[in-house]
Amino acid sequence: MSIDLGSEAPFFALPGVDGNDHSLDEYSDAKLLVVVQYCNHCPYVLAWEGRLMAVARDYAQQGVRVVAVNSNDVSHYPEDSFEQMKARAAKLGLPFDYLFDESQSLAHALGAERTPEVFLFDEGRRLRYHGAIDDSRDETTANRDYLRGAIDALLAGEEPPVAETESVGCTVKWKS
Amino acid sequence: MIELLFWEGCPSHPEAKALLEQVLAELGRDDQIVMTEVRSDEEAERLRFPGSPTIRIDGNDVDLEGAGSRPALTCRIYHLPDGRVSPVPSREQLEVALR
Repeated sequence: MSIDLGSEAPFFALPGVDGNDHSLDEYSDAKLLVVVQYCNHCPYVLAWEGRLMAVARDYAQQGVRVVAVNSNDVSHYPEDSFEQMKARAAKLGLPFDYLFDESQSLAHALGAERTPEVFLFDEGRRLRYHGAIDDSRDETTANRDYLRGAIDALLAGEEPPVAETESVGCTVKWKS
Repeated sequence: MIELLFWEGCPSHPEAKALLEQVLAELGRDDQIVMTEVRSDEEAERLRFPGSPTIRIDGNDVDLEGAGSRPALTCRIYHLPDGRVSPVPSREQLEVALR
């Protein structure tokens, strides 16, 4: 079960595909922090990937940082290995940090269940939106931009119009 | 025979079944869809299951490109005609396979 709205962002310090370690503290200057449970192999992640990249690019100048985290068990899902993460990030030029949560500690701390699954934290690092990026994995039929709506509202000092939605995607692949 | 093999850990099989039923109806066919749940890595191996959903018409996968992927309990990746990625086959793939 995921953390409740209003919960504090869990601490993390994880290796990124850029060769550096990234911790929660590193993003302290960000107005908003979007943590997305992510991976390489899931078609739902791939279907939403372009839209997440656009969010990262569109809001970077407004102090919004996006961090994708892969926590999957790579022994059963080798497409999600750290090496494969690096290769995918390089191929696509991902405009956000892509971190490897090998111990699955961050996924457990967030109570993440799906990929992709969004956790949007405000400037005080309290959870203000949780769920899907928008309302359809098919971009041609998506018409409710939950994540963008929540970001816009928080940047304007308002409450997100929708604070929680169901994440649709692959399950997080837990270690047995 | 029309088979739809699925893994409960992936949410795409109801959408795939609905799409398959739509296409069958449009083609004027009333074939029954045989649903097979794949529950373990061993079953995935035995059934040559490359991911959920997998649809076979008379034993032939509707997506030859992905049919040979490593058997696994995973969500399967399909590519739509416009290049986008999808967790279910395209309508066109199903139509071609059923004709």
